[in-house]
Amino acid sequence: MEDTTNGNIAPPMTTLVTPELRAWIGRSAPTQRVEITRRDIVKYSLATEQQAAKFLTGDEAPPMFLFAADRPLSGPQQLGPDGLAADVLLPRLPLPRVMAGGSKQRYQRVLKPGDVVFIKRTLTDIYEKHGASGPLIFIVYELEVTDADGARVLEETQTRINR
Amino acid sequence: MLTFNTLSIGDLLPSRSYQASNVSLFLYNAAVWNAHRIHYDAPYATTVEKHPGVVIDGPLQGDWLTQIVTGWLGEDGTLLEFEYSNRRASYLGDTLTASGRIVALDGATREVTIALEIRDQNGQITSPGKAVVRLAR
Repeated sequence: MEDTTNGNIAPPMTTLVTPELRAWIGRSAPTQRVEITRRDIVKYSLATEQQAAKFLTGDEAPPMFLFAADRPLSGPQQLGPDGLAADVLLPRLPLPRVMAGGSKQRYQRVLKPGDVVFIKRTLTDIYEKHGASGPLIFIVYELEVTDADGARVLEETQTRINR
Repeated sequence: MLTFNTLSIGDLLPSRSYQASNVSLFLYNAAVWNAHRIHYDAPYATTVEKHPGVVIDGPLQGDWLTQIVTGWLGEDGTLLEFEYSNRRASYLGDTLTASGRIVALDGATREVTIALEIRDQNGQITSPGKAVVRLAR
């Protein structure tokens, strides 16, 4: 959940985001190479209940098609008890439960089958808030997506929340 | 055909309601390769992560907001920017309605800013968002 504690912030009881944790800021994960296939676009489009023919036929990828495409694929033996893989950009956090935060995306061009993209993800901020529902840790990533020619496809600011 | 000069601030985009099911959440999480158990394992979601039910993915709601824009825009322009925030968790059984409203028009660039939101069946906003598009004409 996004930060909705403005004006309602209790003094922090503890410091969850230690200097050791903040030292991870600025690190980037290994750039991921992703091949865009029609079949993957069609799967995503059906699962998200798209209505536009160009998405359902896989001729063009919907705007959020690349969500999580930068994450290395992991099998059951590599996943944690929550079903999630450990993030190479983070150590174990004092708040273990993961929630989606939000995203801001700027698009330079659409993606089509046959495109190859390169996704670089950088940890850009970690901070905590203490709201009515308890402490939250916000984790912010910047993603840069480029194509095979090095041209920009998409820039994204992505937020994850641990509670 | 959408043309910039026919638009006004306050215009509403066609809204759409979604009701996620176990099957639709399975398909979405398979498509994005997400095995987080809060999206399919009800006992785990409630007892371990203390949710009231199976959680509807935040990014899936983000996608539904993009559909409000892409469905309205068709081939008459280009999506330049999109953002959303997951403000409140939503759960299996919720009916989520995505809607959009024009909030700014820039005649020099033909850019249109759209405020987006998802509300649940109680009228609570779960995910606000925003998009900027540029119309072709």
